Amino acid sequence: MAAKTVAEIVPETYKWGFHDDEEAVYKSKKGLSRAGVEEISEMKGEPSWMRQYRLKALDHFLARPMPTWGGDLSGINFDEIYYYVKATDRDAGNWDDVPAYIKRTFDKLGIPEAERKFLAGMGAQYDSEVVYHNIREDLKKQGVNFLSMDQGLVEHPDIVREYFGTVVPANDNKFAALNSAVWSGGSFIYVPEGIHVQVPLQAYFRINSESMGQFERTMIIAEPGSYVHYVEGCTAPIYSTDSLHSAVVEIIVKEGARVRYTTIQNWSNNVYNLVTKRMKVYADGVGEWIDGNLGSKLTMKYPSVYLMEPGAHGEILSLAFAGPGQHQDAGGKVIHGAPRTTSTIISKSISKGGGRTSYRGQVKVYPGCRDVKSTVRCDALLLDENSRSDTYPYMDIEEERVTIGHEATVSKVGDEQLFYLQSRGIAEAEAAKMIVNGFVEPIVKELPMEYAVELNRLIELQMEGAVG
Amino acid sequence: MTRQAGRDPLFVIEDLHVSIEGKEILKGVNLSINRGEVHAFMGPNGSGKSTLANALMGHPRYEVTGGHVIFKGEDILGLRPDQRARKGLFLAFQYPTAIPGVTMVNFLRAGLKAVRGSDVPVREFRTMLKETMDLLKVDESFARRYVNDGFSGGEKKRAEVLQLGILRPEMAVLDETDSGLDIDALRTVAEGVGALMGPSMGVLLITHYQRILNYIKPDFVHVLYAGRIVKSGGRELAEELEAKGYEWITQEYGVLEGAP
Repeated sequence: MAAKTVAEIVPETYKWGFHDDEEAVYKSKKGLSRAGVEEISEMKGEPSWMRQYRLKALDHFLARPMPTWGGDLSGINFDEIYYYVKATDRDAGNWDDVPAYIKRTFDKLGIPEAERKFLAGMGAQYDSEVVYHNIREDLKKQGVNFLSMDQGLVEHPDIVREYFGTVVPANDNKFAALNSAVWSGGSFIYVPEGIHVQVPLQAYFRINSESMGQFERTMIIAEPGSYVHYVEGCTAPIYSTDSLHSAVVEIIVKEGARVRYTTIQNWSNNVYNLVTKRMKVYADGVGEWIDGNLGSKLTMKYPSVYLMEPGAHGEILSLAFAGPGQHQDAGGKVIHGAPRTTSTIISKSISKGGGRTSYRGQVKVYPGCRDVKSTVRCDALLLDENSRSDTYPYMDIEEERVTIGHEATVSKVGDEQLFYLQSRGIAEAEAAKMIVNGFVEPIVKELPMEYAVELNRLIELQMEGAVG
Repeated sequence: MTRQAGRDPLFVIEDLHVSIEGKEILKGVNLSINRGEVHAFMGPNGSGKSTLANALMGHPRYEVTGGHVIFKGEDILGLRPDQRARKGLFLAFQYPTAIPGVTMVNFLRAGLKAVRGSDVPVREFRTMLKETMDLLKVDESFARRYVNDGFSGGEKKRAEVLQLGILRPEMAVLDETDSGLDIDALRTVAEGVGALMGPSMGVLLITHYQRILNYIKPDFVHVLYAGRIVKSGGRELAEELEAKGYEWITQEYGVLEGAP
């Protein structure tokens, strides 16, 4: 029933709903099994420690109950999902080597064009495997690595083994366990000490197959004093059955380094998006999540920053837009594990046409972590009476000498604001767009120009038909 | 100001009745404004002045229960607020609303594009903006601030008049544009309005006090009380009100139904 409803309510404004009919090179059987996990590991030719890691994670996954908080997960049937779909045999370093039909898909999404214009490097994942990866030659020479996670494991087994699962353990939660068992693709980024990657690296994730599970795994290691900005985007075709996207992202920000991770999530409305993202930030480092959630049926995602040493700073900007049939359960977590650490969480959510947004956030300060400063601000905007917004802010402060601020507002697109803009000749639909764009401006202005334009465009598409 | 006799009036209010939440506030207002005329609309608090302003612009909370508003020969009561604006009507708000995240410059450009019905060349817009901002003595940075967000009372009023200057309406309703201003700000704002008016614009100047009329000379003064115009006259009526206060009006007309 849910599937049919989703197909019905998918907005016509979703322009990325097409799919390719090409046969995959390899497609696993539906459902999850020990043999299936071993097969993935076997096909990838992985070292035995990784295979063992996967199998142990599978046990964790099977042992854990489904979460009963957050969104409605009852529509997920783990037996009906393809856990591994390989569309092509190679991860190309040259765009010309990507199979033509996949190239066409990414062309439609504007991917190679973006790389030529303003990126330092780009990766593209199609179903389970990364089909393309490239980084600018000068960065490569400086020792910056931007590979698929699978390739990272082949080329840098020691680094991967040192950090894999140290930020998000396999038994962290049911979906992190699932990812740890069946992960495939994702990005491996290594930035050597003192290197600043001035322009963003981007990865684009595309689900093509029906009833697909995409489980990419991303790891970013920023050595002391380095800087990198990683941007990811994602879309999927519209099918009548649901797909599952369950990623794990682990980031290490060493002393004085800074990592900014930007997501513009635009899955079609038949995708469950259940993602665990976390970074550990060491002395005087800065970790930033800019997390934009516009698509999916249900998103449960709370990017987290663990502030491990004095002077570390964490920042989470969360933007969620829920239209008809969508539930965005998003927010952020900051764990203050050292004195003199600071953090900011800003959440902006918009609900429209019966859509539902929830802000779910946590700030934790451990005993003895003096002089911690944290500010949380969440604003919700409702575009109509049918829509819903909830706030679940958890504060767990075990130290007295700290400064914690929390502010939350919920507002409706006000009649007074609409009237004011209309009185200047601006038609109602345009006026509502202006108000919404203004509402998200504090987050949009943090994005590089190209992404700001893209995000505004996505919001405008979501807004179509919002009023009258 | 010259009267343009022989033509149809620019703006005519006929027997206008307006209610808010079922309570009748305006009980039959009649007024006729020609191009180039300034009509001052005075009255004590609660007499219905702001109700008139909002109803003319088409605020959804103000229900028109009777009468007509004829603007350039067309009854505009069936038009949406944005349609009224595109026809050339403008309201300077008494309490303008903040639109966080939307800059003044983007707002002004969107408004101008809407009322013109076409894109506005960037150079032309910039020149226009700079000239109007200079006239109103506002700093260039003003254009980059978010609409009315964190504005002082004086800044809000300047912003309203700035919009008047950019949108160049044919009929302007100014709702207490003088309130909350100190004497210097009042002079700047009032002189700004005076400079922007031009000979073909009609102005309805709603005010509680006479002092703005020292800068903007009205051709007619009307006194609104308990939902009706109880007295009309020339500029001398405003001076009389200034000297005697509103009490004599209250005493004379206090028996009216619904008087405060």
